[in-house]
Amino acid sequence: MARIDLDLAHSYLPDPQQDADYALLPLQMSFEDGGAYALLGPSGCGKTTMLNIMSGLLAPSRGSVKFDGEDVTQRSPQQRNIAQVFQFPVIYDTMTVADNLAFPLRNRRMPEAQIRKRVGEIAEMLELSGQLNRRAADLAADAKQKISLGRGLVRPDVSAVLFDEPLTVIDPHLKWQLRRKLKQIHHELKLTLIYVTHDQVEALTFADQVMVMTRGQAVQVGSADALFERPQHTFVGHFIGSPGMNFLPARTVGGKLEVAGRTLALPPNLGLPDGELKLGIRPEYVALTTADDTAALPVTVVQALDIGTHVLLTGQCAGSDLKIKARLSPELAAPQRGDTVWLRVLEAHTCFYKNEELIP
Amino acid sequence: MSTIKPVNQKAWWLVLPVVVCVAFSAVLPLMTVVNYSLQDIISPERRVFVGTEWFAAAMRDEELHSALWRQLTFSLAVLTVEIPLGIMLALSMPAKGWKASAVLVVVALSLLIPWNVVGTIWQIFGRADIGLLGAMLQKMGFDYNYTGNATHAWLTVLVMDVWHWTPLVALLCYAGLRSIPDAYYQAARIDGASRFAVFRYIQLPKMRGVLMIAVLLRFMDSFMIYTEPFVLTGGGPGNATTFLSEYLTQKAVGQFDVGPAAAFSLIYFLIILLLCFILYNWMQRVGTADKEGAGHE
Repeated sequence: MARIDLDLAHSYLPDPQQDADYALLPLQMSFEDGGAYALLGPSGCGKTTMLNIMSGLLAPSRGSVKFDGEDVTQRSPQQRNIAQVFQFPVIYDTMTVADNLAFPLRNRRMPEAQIRKRVGEIAEMLELSGQLNRRAADLAADAKQKISLGRGLVRPDVSAVLFDEPLTVIDPHLKWQLRRKLKQIHHELKLTLIYVTHDQVEALTFADQVMVMTRGQAVQVGSADALFERPQHTFVGHFIGSPGMNFLPARTVGGKLEVAGRTLALPPNLGLPDGELKLGIRPEYVALTTADDTAALPVTVVQALDIGTHVLLTGQCAGSDLKIKARLSPELAAPQRGDTVWLRVLEAHTCFYKNEELIP
Repeated sequence: MSTIKPVNQKAWWLVLPVVVCVAFSAVLPLMTVVNYSLQDIISPERRVFVGTEWFAAAMRDEELHSALWRQLTFSLAVLTVEIPLGIMLALSMPAKGWKASAVLVVVALSLLIPWNVVGTIWQIFGRADIGLLGAMLQKMGFDYNYTGNATHAWLTVLVMDVWHWTPLVALLCYAGLRSIPDAYYQAARIDGASRFAVFRYIQLPKMRGVLMIAVLLRFMDSFMIYTEPFVLTGGGPGNATTFLSEYLTQKAVGQFDVGPAAAFSLIYFLIILLLCFILYNWMQRVGTADKEGAGHE
């Protein structure tokens, strides 16, 4: 078990010139010992690169990786004693489940009696005990993925377990089970777990801390709550939530806010700088109101979808092509297409962004 | 509601083209051979039905026995040399870039040469007076002479076959190796597997399919080898390199013993079929057998 500190940058090109040449832009990041982390981001954002650098499959082109303060940048995955679970289950076809689980220990020349004990324990934990003598190749995808995981967990002194989208090939109903298993293992073994995914539900339910990445950059690290309530970057606002945050271009002039041709009264002591900025509000916090509300915009309803738990309303701001999405309670009378309604966009949860970054 | 399908015998007509094709390409030629094998044809007008006499004769034919043993030894030697060599070659070939393409072309080169040309190349190559190989070995003090020394002739045929066909095994293995996803190698590094363990537990099992094809192809081809030794040694010296096809041709074309030759053709065919069947089944089982009760020993 170890605390992992990263201070590095990586490019797959020999001589990177600009930001776009980097798979990972210079970043500093620490993963606390025993924490459950998720790296969340769209495909190609650098999350797998980061994982491979941590496990030692890839050497960063600049900077260092430290485990418990010790520089391990040049060490092999085996020396780092890290476990990694891949997107597709990797099993040794010709071996039984037991031999698969014992493989990393045999490579480390652990005494056979100890190996047997350890394999038994891990199989028990992963509910593989009944299949120990079966050929691993004959099992279903979820069992194979459990074996891959087991090969990581079987080493008693493993520094951290890294997951690279491990549930991609698993059936939906088993996904849930396996995820619960992971949480349970985290709880029991107090291991550092780092989980790469592009699925926000997976990331938010699994991890204590989620790191949101885009284009080789970590834009925010925080709890599910922080990512939802106070996105540090407009990308996080877009990416987290379904649908994502509404962003409306706005301008502040002398304590007043101009949005879509209307002037809204800003609450005092907000301390916003004058000039161009973006107003961000979650669809969950947009509320129906009346025309005399000074924090509201008039919109024409383009679509009102009843999704059972709520009504998803899409409205177009009067006099512009700005769209606003709102999640409304199904108990209210849903507005019809073409109606004009007033939506309140300024309230406690509203965030303001300048150059895509949150104004604190 | 019953869902019994209506029986329509007209569907048989759809199978007819296949039946005709197979009949003309396989069944009829085979049947003519069966026909010859049961008769003693003295002249086109005089033929006598002899039953299984030719088969019995073939079974007793000492010369044929030694040709069969020679053949089995040769095929076994071909497999034991070419399969490991092909695997090693494939493992050492570069995976990508222009080097991979260049190496592939060079490796595949010998496969593009016609059989009789291969024989001719080696015939000249091995000549003790002017051949590069033969003259060089002479200079180095080996009294190498494939036309006079039976062992030398046999070894030359083997080396020639290895030179000609190992690239096929290598290319098949190379294709098998390239289809292994990177994650396997990464997982192996994380599990701390040695280079040998990677080969034994990842590369070899993943090459199973292509290796099976390689073994069967090389076995069948080497068991039927004819042109190259015919051009190189003509089956000699003595009978040292007279393999089954060679012997059969001498019988059928040289001496025009159509009956015995036909009987032996059928036996030859059955031997290949049987050995391929055994090989195939054996390879199917290797590595897939459920290790019930083997436990974690």
